[in-house]
Amino acid sequence: MVQYQIDSLDASFAALSDATRRGVLARLARADASISVLAASFGMTLTGMKKHVSVLERAELVITEKVGRVRTCRLGRRGLESEAAWIEEHRRLWAARFDALENLVAELKLKEEANAPE
Amino acid sequence: MRLSDSETAVARTSDRELVVTRTVRGPARLVYEAWARPELFRRWWVPEGCGLSILSYDADVRTGGSYRLEMAHVSSDRPMAFFGKYIEVVPNARIAWTNEEGDDEGPVTTVTFEERGAETLVTVHELYPSKEALDAAIESGSTSGWDQQLRQLEALVADLDNQAKNG
Repeated sequence: MVQYQIDSLDASFAALSDATRRGVLARLARADASISVLAASFGMTLTGMKKHVSVLERAELVITEKVGRVRTCRLGRRGLESEAAWIEEHRRLWAARFDALENLVAELKLKEEANAPE
Repeated sequence: MRLSDSETAVARTSDRELVVTRTVRGPARLVYEAWARPELFRRWWVPEGCGLSILSYDADVRTGGSYRLEMAHVSSDRPMAFFGKYIEVVPNARIAWTNEEGDDEGPVTTVTFEERGAETLVTVHELYPSKEALDAAIESGSTSGWDQQLRQLEALVADLDNQAKNG
């Protein structure tokens, strides 16, 4: 169990420690892409990119799927967690804003009531 | 004080859309007023403790009018400017505006106010020009998240490594 955890962490850490692989994750966050498209956009050979993608795949950061002769890559479970984390951060920002808005509306309402003719 | 954090919902409703909803106590006309009058807007738009402050804010909230909001962040020397035009303004009901500060076409934001008894349902709808644009907005906001994940991972690995050595 502990060994599995360490293996899994090692895989993630190794995957994220490389600048090209972080670039690939950023690229896949924008849109899914085939290995050949990724290889071209990072100026690498197909074989080189395949190695990077398989490291990301082992770390569950990327999922690949072969359709016909094309292997398409997309963000994996851990990659998608970053979108969920962003949405949660966004929600907190709006929650704080709306709390302040609500306090202000309560204040406006009190003022209005104080100024209302009897 | 009310524990209202969980009442605010955010959802990516499609590839290009992000929706925020919240029920605010009070009539729609006052919620609208707090949104449309600049001197009131600046009192709630920036939450305390987020490191942001409003430097200036001008808004002509009517259809065809424009706005410009400048904010400072503790981590940056340069102010950030947000600006655009009001596409549609219906007092007490709806405000729609463009976001033109980016290099590419920005999202269109529409906020609606629907009165329900003593409360008002506020819906903020953001429509991005493409899936890629919304993905990029999320990505730029979460880049620091990756850095943090990496640091956490690094610390955790170091910990486990030490445990293994000492155990």
